[in-house]
Amino acid sequence: MMVRYFQPVLASIALLAMTTATSAQEAPLVADVSENLVAITTGFTGKEVLLFGATDGPGDIAIIVKGPSRDVTIRKKDRFGPIWINSDSATFRDVPSFYRIASSRPLEEFAPPNLLSRFQIGTGNIRLETVEGSGLAPEAVPEFRQALLRLKTGQQLYDENLGSVNITSNRLFRTRILFPANVPTGTYIVEVYLFRNGTVAAAEIVPFNISKIGFGADVYDFAHDLGAIYGLLAIALAVGAGWAASAAFRRT
Amino acid sequence: MQIYLPIAEMSVNVFVILAMGGGVGFLSGLFGVGGGFLMTPLLIFMGVPPAVAVGTEANQIVASSVSGVLAHMRRGNVDLKMGVVLTVGGFAGSGLGVWLFSILRGLGQVELVISLSYVLFLGVIGGLMLWESLPGVMRKRTGAGPATPQARGAGRHTWIHGLPFKMRFHKSKLYISAILPLAVGFLVGILAAIMGVGGGFIMVPAMIYLLGMPTQVVIGTSLFQIIFVTANTTFLQATINQTVDAILAILLLVGGVIGAQIGARFAVKLKGEQLRSLLALIVLGVAIRLAFDLVITPGELFSVAAEVK
Repeated sequence: MMVRYFQPVLASIALLAMTTATSAQEAPLVADVSENLVAITTGFTGKEVLLFGATDGPGDIAIIVKGPSRDVTIRKKDRFGPIWINSDSATFRDVPSFYRIASSRPLEEFAPPNLLSRFQIGTGNIRLETVEGSGLAPEAVPEFRQALLRLKTGQQLYDENLGSVNITSNRLFRTRILFPANVPTGTYIVEVYLFRNGTVAAAEIVPFNISKIGFGADVYDFAHDLGAIYGLLAIALAVGAGWAASAAFRRT
Repeated sequence: MQIYLPIAEMSVNVFVILAMGGGVGFLSGLFGVGGGFLMTPLLIFMGVPPAVAVGTEANQIVASSVSGVLAHMRRGNVDLKMGVVLTVGGFAGSGLGVWLFSILRGLGQVELVISLSYVLFLGVIGGLMLWESLPGVMRKRTGAGPATPQARGAGRHTWIHGLPFKMRFHKSKLYISAILPLAVGFLVGILAAIMGVGGGFIMVPAMIYLLGMPTQVVIGTSLFQIIFVTANTTFLQATINQTVDAILAILLLVGGVIGAQIGARFAVKLKGEQLRSLLALIVLGVAIRLAFDLVITPGELFSVAAEVK
């Protein structure tokens, strides 16, 4: 279980080590993002980030942007008499809160399915394992897995932008990733894969952060760290506002 | 103009929120109700997580009740002693309600319980109000005598008057057991915490028919105790569930205060029974809409559960 869980991470580290080892002579792949910190301010309505880089020659590019992982519970409604209520549920372990795949061409044109699955390239290849003891019949799990993908896609948190990576002169590549207003906060990882002849020729990992900044962030931190004082302050504010309203309208 | 709500974790249009606050404020000024029963479902329809809608609405009701109670206090229409007894019951009730709320959230049934409570209470109260506002019923009731509430409450001697811990409430002209207002406060407190309402629409009829209070002190006293119960709900939701969005609450109450004043001015131009039947129709409309959502086959059977920390 543990080995399977860490497998993709180990594979990524191995690839990264491979990349850095060769980079001393001639890096086959370099990549970066236009901002290392996406700030969610009070006026935040979403943000477009440029991902770019260079390769040492022709090849195909697949770029994955992953948000911080969390356990996710999916509930299913069932008819109970005249009304619909939540009944069965499945909890999936370490689900990426955000997932974007961008590539230079449709995936199956340059990569074999086993590699796509191993590196979790494409929303269909995201590893979704249920937490043990959820009491759900194994044959029901795929339905919940599809529902998770469908719901996340509907919330614009999962998406596939196949063919959106532009490659110039077989060397420079770039693409734009849109982060919607409901983007989860935390540490994000951009994985860039260079495919050549149906194998991964090089890979690169670029981390960056999405966090709340400014007044909104202070309010959020305050509410979570000092809930009691926040509550009292919210009440004081409301009492003050009510008193002010009454005083203001008495005069008129 | 978009603004990012830090606790609801979503971006909303400032003017939409101000208009919602203004619209519900207008109705609350027009009918003399809190408006929580309209605002909480509206926020949920908009995509605000139910837990945040309930916690934030409690915070907003604190402001509108303070504003309302000050006006009633100037006219001497608040029974403070009764208000305090109701509040003691309300504190215990809202504490239990917030605790129930977090358990239901863990079970994934909080939306269902919120919807069911709305359908049940709004349906019953809207139905009764509509029935009472029918012309035939009105004539019959006025024929029976104008002092109907007193006749049904304080005048009658039932098992209620045999309860111990009797207290004298001068302003309400009552000598009744403290258990009665405590129980009323407790039950309304539970509902207030779960439904994100002040509970005035249940409290007011309970005070008139169950406790037998004179009508002129009912609204002021109900508002008085709603301040404390919703303040308690705000505090508990903020500490236990972290679901009070102060930014959203401020936007709502700015719109609400202005709307309420305009509504109060319009109320003068409409007749009492017209107001009552109009309010009854709105209350029933919300109940039917929510009932419909529970019964029809949903387009999407699956949902992502809210994170439980």
